[in-house]
Amino acid sequence: MSWMRRQPLLAFGLILVILQVGGALLAPWIAPYDPVAQDILARLKGPSAEHWLGTDQFGRDLLSRILHGYGHSMLVSAGSVALALVTGGTLGVLAAYAGGWTDRVVMRCMDILFAFPIILLAIGIIAVLGPRDSTTALAIGIVYMPIFARLLRGPALVLASSDFVAGARVLGASHTRVLFRHILPNLASVILVQASISLSTAILVEASLSFLGLGTQPPAPSLGRMLAEGRGFLLLSPFASLFSGLAILMASLGFNLVGDAMRDLLDPRLRGE
Amino acid sequence: MYRLLARRGADLLVTLFGVSVITFLLIRLVPGDAVQIMLGANAEVTPERLNALRQQLGIDRPIWEQYFTWAGGILSGNFGSSLWTGKPVIEEIGARIGITIELTLLSLGLAVIVAVPAGVAMAYLRNSASDYVVRILTIAGVTVPSFWLGSLLIYLMFLFFPKYPAVGYVPFTDDPWGNLQRMLLPVIALSLPVLAALARITRSAMLDALGQDYVRTARAKGASELTVVMSHAWRNALIPFVTTLGIMAGYLFGGAIVVEQVFALPGLGRLMLGAINERNYPLIQAAILFVTSAFVVINFLIDLLYVAIDPRVSLK
Repeated sequence: MSWMRRQPLLAFGLILVILQVGGALLAPWIAPYDPVAQDILARLKGPSAEHWLGTDQFGRDLLSRILHGYGHSMLVSAGSVALALVTGGTLGVLAAYAGGWTDRVVMRCMDILFAFPIILLAIGIIAVLGPRDSTTALAIGIVYMPIFARLLRGPALVLASSDFVAGARVLGASHTRVLFRHILPNLASVILVQASISLSTAILVEASLSFLGLGTQPPAPSLGRMLAEGRGFLLLSPFASLFSGLAILMASLGFNLVGDAMRDLLDPRLRGE
Repeated sequence: MYRLLARRGADLLVTLFGVSVITFLLIRLVPGDAVQIMLGANAEVTPERLNALRQQLGIDRPIWEQYFTWAGGILSGNFGSSLWTGKPVIEEIGARIGITIELTLLSLGLAVIVAVPAGVAMAYLRNSASDYVVRILTIAGVTVPSFWLGSLLIYLMFLFFPKYPAVGYVPFTDDPWGNLQRMLLPVIALSLPVLAALARITRSAMLDALGQDYVRTARAKGASELTVVMSHAWRNALIPFVTTLGIMAGYLFGGAIVVEQVFALPGLGRLMLGAINERNYPLIQAAILFVTSAFVVINFLIDLLYVAIDPRVSLK
């Protein structure tokens, strides 16, 4: 495990990600209680042997709710990043490959989309389509589209004019084959880094929207809404808000560290910065 | 120089046009008959009122014609009127946006005041052990949810200073000191992520600048360390810093909408959340268009600022 000593940030980030993604996936089996089971006698309790993180205003177990909340939060965030990556990435690569007016028009559209403050546009989309998990994912996905389009256009431009792509074309490879076999694999590392960082920020945006009541709807457990609900009882028992917020922070931190450390590994010029 | 200005100006107009088209189309996404939904929960809906509203919104005409009518209204200052109060939406936005702007500007100010010296110091005192600490701290700072930090600050204030007015709002004109007292916690909560991001950018930009030949030359000429850092290195580090600042302004404004909710500040965020519940679409539309256009113009001005900071830009 010598790489862990050489890359402590990557190791730390990976541990955070594995623990939390694992917790989310295994929540139905490892969560000690039903996340929606109420126990009025045990409401607003602090951490104890029975309830490791305490209970909320209905006596629901906070640890179980957070484990299940991770699943929702990560599913919505991952869905939005996948959407942004596929649509934005495709547009960016196609713009670079096509060049000329297509390039100019597509990238100008992306610039326009990028001009909207993220939360504001997401709120607008949700206002129109109604608050649901799928709408939240769609809203964040649309807002993140220009990030991937801009990111992939640059390297794709260099690749499109490279000798091996010209060679593949001369050998009779179709445009589709060139795009998928020659250009896309060379962009994998850039995609991986940005996807990880975007996932980190998408988790925060999703939590913000859920906090405002515009994300996951009750009774499904959501980290952002848990924090908002806990605020009503903050002075009686701060644990619901404290731990759900900590969970959001740790999830976002894990993916950010992984993305950041990978960027260093893949781009030697940035090393040590 | 003038050609550069003309090109940037044309870009600005195209972007503003695009932003208005997207904002216009966004509200057309309302599923079903928009008019019916807008009046939805209202019991006093009569066919006459429906038709009147349809005509007022011009929904019976072709979509491009609707757009130009709408855009023409905006250019003459008419952003539409609230579906509920009937007042011009721009008045409702104007009454609230000041709070959001105050919150955003104070947060940006705090972030810059702390981040610049911190970033410069971190670049100056770099060594491998402290580098890891700095990186963990700046990344963690960026990922702290401001609405969580805000809630914790309220709780801590209540524990240690129960008399402190942690939530609520008083206008600056009524009670300047009370206003700033109540702004303190939201500003701290909102500025931390931006502070961390700016400190990190400052640090890497300074490291980059300090490693350049002109810094060595300045030192060799016998310039004082302060002159080297401030006049030679910092001036060059300013460009990536200002770029990040423009992006952060938009981010802060969005964050302010969330933080207002934590501290019960009656700004634009609260207005928009209320508008969503009332399905007051003209208000949402106007708020998005107004704020986004403002940021497009701010970023345009920052672009112009480059010309002042970096003479190379105007020569290109």
